[in-house]
Amino acid sequence: MAAAQPRTIRGRAAIYLLAIVFAVFSGFPFLWAALTMVRQDSDLYVTTHNPFVLAKPPTLGHITDLLRNTPYLQFILNDIVIGLATVVITLVLSLPAAYALARLSGRWGEKVGIAIFLTYLVPPTLLFLPLSRLITVIGLQDSIWSLVVVYPGFTIPLSTWLLMGFLRSIPRDIEEQAQVDGYSRLGAVVRTVFPLALPGIFTVVVFTFTLTMQDFIYALAFVSSSSSMTVSVGVPTVLIRGDVFYWQSLMASAIIVAIPVALLYNVFLGRFIRGFTLGAVKG
Amino acid sequence: MAVVETKSLRKEFGHTMAVDGIDLQTDEGEYLVLLGPSGCGKTTLLRLIAGLEHPSHGDVLIGGQVVTHLPPRARQIAMVFQSYALYPHKTVFANIAFPLAAAGMPRDQRPEKVRWAASRLGIDGLLERRPRQLSGGERQRVALARALVREPQVFLLDEPLSNLDAKLRASARDELKEFQQRVGITTIYVTHDQVEAMGLGDRIAVLNEGTIQQIGTPDEIYHHPANTFVATFVGSPPMNLLTRDGTLLGFRPEQFLPASAVGERPGQMVFDFAVTRVENLGSDRYVYGHLPGVDPEAKVIAKLPSTVTTPVYVGDRVPFVVSGGDLRYFNQRTGTLTAAGEAEVKP
Amino acid sequence: MTVAQRSAGEITMGPRRERYLLDSERLLGPALMAPAVVYLILVVGYPLVLAFLYAFSDATTGSQSLHFVGFQTFVAAVKDPVFLTTLRNTFVFTAISQALVVILSTVLAFVLTANFHGRWFVRFLVLLPWTTPVALSAVIWLWMLDSIFSPFDWFAQLLHIVPPGGHIIFLGQSDLAMGSVIALQTWRILPLATVILMAGLSAIPSEVSDAAEVDGAGFWRRLFGITLPLLSPVMTVALLFGIVFTFTDMAAVFVLTGGGPGNATQVLASWAFYKGINGGNLAVGAADALIMFPVLLGLAAILLRIASRAEVS
Repeated sequence: MAAAQPRTIRGRAAIYLLAIVFAVFSGFPFLWAALTMVRQDSDLYVTTHNPFVLAKPPTLGHITDLLRNTPYLQFILNDIVIGLATVVITLVLSLPAAYALARLSGRWGEKVGIAIFLTYLVPPTLLFLPLSRLITVIGLQDSIWSLVVVYPGFTIPLSTWLLMGFLRSIPRDIEEQAQVDGYSRLGAVVRTVFPLALPGIFTVVVFTFTLTMQDFIYALAFVSSSSSMTVSVGVPTVLIRGDVFYWQSLMASAIIVAIPVALLYNVFLGRFIRGFTLGAVKG
Repeated sequence: MAVVETKSLRKEFGHTMAVDGIDLQTDEGEYLVLLGPSGCGKTTLLRLIAGLEHPSHGDVLIGGQVVTHLPPRARQIAMVFQSYALYPHKTVFANIAFPLAAAGMPRDQRPEKVRWAASRLGIDGLLERRPRQLSGGERQRVALARALVREPQVFLLDEPLSNLDAKLRASARDELKEFQQRVGITTIYVTHDQVEAMGLGDRIAVLNEGTIQQIGTPDEIYHHPANTFVATFVGSPPMNLLTRDGTLLGFRPEQFLPASAVGERPGQMVFDFAVTRVENLGSDRYVYGHLPGVDPEAKVIAKLPSTVTTPVYVGDRVPFVVSGGDLRYFNQRTGTLTAAGEAEVKP
Repeated sequence: MTVAQRSAGEITMGPRRERYLLDSERLLGPALMAPAVVYLILVVGYPLVLAFLYAFSDATTGSQSLHFVGFQTFVAAVKDPVFLTTLRNTFVFTAISQALVVILSTVLAFVLTANFHGRWFVRFLVLLPWTTPVALSAVIWLWMLDSIFSPFDWFAQLLHIVPPGGHIIFLGQSDLAMGSVIALQTWRILPLATVILMAGLSAIPSEVSDAAEVDGAGFWRRLFGITLPLLSPVMTVALLFGIVFTFTDMAAVFVLTGGGPGNATQVLASWAFYKGINGGNLAVGAADALIMFPVLLGLAAILLRIASRAEVS
């Protein structure tokens, strides 16, 4: 690694200082949200005392309020259903494509691979208008399935790239051995490549799922009834009712989603990076 | 009947002709080695026989049947790759049983066959282990057991010893040869290591640039090379080649000895050897120099066994002799052998 | 052409010719890629074409038909008084946030590749802004920048930037609102850029830096003379990703300020949304969105050239 471990006291102090600064910079909003989430109203809507100290005992009332009296749980459920369905579609389509790119591509194959990846660069803000029209035409407007249809548009390119990287790292020998041992190419792949690619596939599943949760514009454009909304859309629109902001519940709604997703990312980060860089190495 | 036969086999990759018209027949039960430098086409040829590549032209026959357009699984072959390609996610037992499962053998019949193959390779005790727990030599044996279990018509081996460390290679080579002789299945073996080839092969096919330069027993290849390529590729150090009177004259380093050690014999050719360097390797002495009277440009090597104790020093000009029967003549333009062993008068 | 049958007691093989189609390499590759390619054509390619069509037409969400009107829509879109503001805002938003991201992410990448206690926790916190869905982070910021209850008011009072009891109207004043949106975007994109740079850093062999150290180069010289130049291809990739992403992003603006106050923070992407969805004017919305396209194409071209020249390894 080029960033050498600092050996001087000054160097180490600088690292710690910077680390703290960045940690605070990144984490402060979440700290504030977490504090807010358990504050009683009378403690929250005052400006006189130190906002980092709770003057009144914390309460979970706002969280239960969020879970019981709002469509929040429905939002989460929608996200889960959409996420899983998108993952299935994405895997079914990108796994074979990734295999073809990793093993069978000639000159034209490389070009198709790059073209697939390029579609990720087409911004949703360009596509959401025609797509919203198309969604209406096929009658999926205001339904979570409109998102299930559209999301693979950006999850497929990324998944294909990731999977291609993982598949490339499986030696070709093993597939050929299985062919010599008596299987057709398809049989060989299913029996040798697939089991060995499972960790990579799992990583892609996690990655795709979390990617679907990130979308805002499509969900906002296609869905208007709260029963079909995702968390991303529901929280800023439905939970902010007119001029009345139930801030504690709002903060809770954000934290409840943010922490698990971040934990997942942290666990899989190393593998994401490896998959992406593997996909970039030619041959 | 030839177990494996190729007819005018050609394979093109883009603009390169990897295999350029190869006709080959194996004898039943023989150990045939495909020997050549990297890029000569030996691995491509093996893969064509296996069915992992499709020829651009020509045919492959196995067991008398034309298999050119059949996939590997239909050819009744077994192959061992350089990496052994053991299935990492399966036990040794499952690895060996894999071809049986592919052929549709009922599950209850498999253990007997697996145990039979394992015992012939002495790995009965390893059946429950996984590949990553095995040593290099053990992995080779598992790969061979897996190849054996289907009782194929031919074994195809692609440089299986290259991944072993040097010490292991010699004993693994020994085991391989002994295994093949026991089992008696025709084997085609690819290697770039000419020592391996000489040690293992019943016959050796020397390849270069997609064609067979010569095919014959190790003795034939070594002592009667068909051209300068074979002559210089096989044998270490390579054969000495001199230009003389418009032809190439060749003799091997171990055949080039001090006149005083050999004594005078009829049909000898004597040379004035100008020594530039001496390497003492214990079992042999390598003497480097040139022959000013014949071909001052050519670098000549003599290999003296330790039993020849004649002192030789740098800067000496010593008479060295080659016995007439060891001389080989090659066409200077084409490299082919033109004559062998003619006695000549002193130059 | 059948394979010879072996004698009884040994394995019998007799597969037929037809079953070998699965082995055909020429057919298999395209067949495997086709479903994904077709899907992408339908869900990305076709709408993209439609976007172009809309921009050159008079489509609205209400109308059933589409009439070609040439550049009229573009002219109408551009002539809209808000348009220029939107365009300027988009450039300001992108340029400042990404400039900040480049600098900060480089520093952060070095910090996170060093070993120190609690590194995992710091990394977790640093990743939070990126992994959290943008709408939710924006809601958090909305509260954090509240004009009455923001904790920053309290800090500002402590530091005497404002008088006691004074408030900073983060989202209500044009400049502050723009600053807030830029801050949010920087905060969000920083983790992504950092991760890309960290991957790039780990690919630089330490021998290069070690050799420089042996040659007598001090920390700063090594940093600026060797490490950063070696890192610059990856930095460029990260920067371009960030620019492409930010230039076309609407969520931060939409949730945090709604484009306001007035249209002080409106960007092209959010403007296109208002016009197209809220306003129902598909054509104008599409035209607004399309104007981003030339910039994007240019950036994509640069990205590709860099990616192909400096192979990430």
